[in-house]
Amino acid sequence: MSFLIPCPNCGERSVYEFRFGAEVKSRPSAGSPSEDWLRYTYVKQNESGVQKEWWYHRMGCRQWFIAVRNTATNEVLSTSLPEEKPGGTSS
Amino acid sequence: MQLFSHERMWRSHELKSRYDAVIIGAGVHGLATAYYLGKDHGLRDVALLEKSYLGAGNSGRNTAIVRANYRTAEGVAFYDASLKLYEEMSSELGWNVLLNQCGHLTLAHTDSAINGLRVRAETNRFLGVDSRIIGPDEIHKLVPTLDLSRRPRYPILAALYHPPGGIIRHDAVVWGYARACDRMGIEIHPFTEAVGIRMDGQSVSGVVTNRGEISTRVVANCTAGWASKVCQMVRVPLPIVTYPLQACVTEPLKPFLDKVIVSATLHVYVNQTDRGELVIGAEIDPYQSYSMKSTLPTLEQMATYTLELFPQLHGVKVLRQWAGICDMTPDFAPIISGVESLKGFYLDVGWGTYGFKAGPIAGRCLASLIATGETPKLIAPFSLSRFRQDRLVGEKAAAAVSH
Ligand SMILES: Cc1cc2nc3c(=O)[nH]c(=O)nc-3n(C[C@H](O)[C@H](O)[C@H](O)COP(=O)(O)OP(=O)(O)OC[C@H]3O[C@@H](n4cnc5c(N)ncnc54)[C@H](O)[C@@H]3O)c2cc1C
Ligand SMILES: [Zn+2]
Repeated sequence: MSFLIPCPNCGERSVYEFRFGAEVKSRPSAGSPSEDWLRYTYVKQNESGVQKEWWYHRMGCRQWFIAVRNTATNEVLSTSLPEEKPGGTSS
Repeated sequence: MQLFSHERMWRSHELKSRYDAVIIGAGVHGLATAYYLGKDHGLRDVALLEKSYLGAGNSGRNTAIVRANYRTAEGVAFYDASLKLYEEMSSELGWNVLLNQCGHLTLAHTDSAINGLRVRAETNRFLGVDSRIIGPDEIHKLVPTLDLSRRPRYPILAALYHPPGGIIRHDAVVWGYARACDRMGIEIHPFTEAVGIRMDGQSVSGVVTNRGEISTRVVANCTAGWASKVCQMVRVPLPIVTYPLQACVTEPLKPFLDKVIVSATLHVYVNQTDRGELVIGAEIDPYQSYSMKSTLPTLEQMATYTLELFPQLHGVKVLRQWAGICDMTPDFAPIISGVESLKGFYLDVGWGTYGFKAGPIAGRCLASLIATGETPKLIAPFSLSRFRQDRLVGEKAAAAVSH
């Protein structure tokens, strides 16, 4: 089912304006063993239910943000701008 | 009269308190695994658990394209073996699975796509799979209704022609395997959901279902889009993300297309069934989801791209549209193996958008692994541990949208 996502900047827009990123994961610290990095790269919780995930508003404000969505129903519970960009800590 | 008597395809049973093996998920993969456990290894004290009706998952929702023209040597050998099993299936089961090896064309609209197809053709031929590049003249002979005009956008420059590819009746495969399993004494349990898995130290010891508890030493997870949920029961981490994939079917038309047509660039694949309907498949939805509801944007996309290939279909009506949920791995290759941390737990998952054609050989190899403890060579590249060793298979070029 198609659905709307309330972008933190632009308000409710069609999901097709956005790019889905991935579930939010915590990134290992720089010196972590490669095992941790491989787990970070490949392992997915793949939650059926409420999950925190990255989205990008490609046809709008072009910002990455975080949505809390139920992956079983596609209901978006909340969205917020991240303190952290995907793939890096805030500086 | 015999002609009018109804034969039961499979019987119902009370759930027993123990089995030698329990298979979760009765799609083509779970069914084939059970079938070969019984047939090749005489293991018949087996229960197949299906949370819904048989074929409720992707095995009853796919576009039923079969082929062997993959990109990697591992992939080609594996899918070729599967196609051979499908070729024998009707006579083996005494049940017509309506395999139609009508030929399969993967279209190239750019020079780089031609190069990709050329690599595939060479790999295929080297491994004995009939597959070659053909130009517009030959394409026109095979599919006179295809729009081969020299238009600037998406011109059809060449195709990878794979004569043994085609379509099969997916429901017939599911029912045929179920019937054959039942004849061997293997129990099929529809509407029986696995809700937990019991462990005894480092080994599997049982399955909890909505109809009671079973003790067993062998559990196979064959649940496709739901694979992560079943693995969460035993805390086995998977590299899988579940994405919906949609397809649609049109009203019946006079026969005009007797080849399977695939365009990876246009994200569309089309074939005409024996009943005259066009079956059209899309690429995966652009976001992860367990929802099997279909969407209007995807229907529009399927229609738009089909019209790029066959503009004459513009007035045709769509009968139905549907979705299945696909277990996507990062390398577009499956996971068929045991799990180091948990004895007796097996996986046959990660079939994504392309696993129907693989059912027979995956089931046969998994059955052999379960029964003998030895990993058959054909599935050695597809272990779960490859993600810990960072040794991926790289089948994206041939599996992503090509079906
Ligand atoms: C639209 C579409 C088009 C496709 N086209 C093609 C194609 O042309 N060619 C091709 O080769 N492949 C195609 N595929 C992919 C193919 O359909 C699948 O890869 C294949 O059917 C997977 O089979 P399976 O047995 O692993 O899974 P499924 O058939 O999905 O079976 C898994 C079963 O597990 C059951 N289950 C889940 N959780 C539990 C539980 N806890 N307890 C009990 N049961 C459970 C589900 O109800 C389901 O019936 C397509 C898929 C889709 C959706
Ligand atoms: Zn925005």
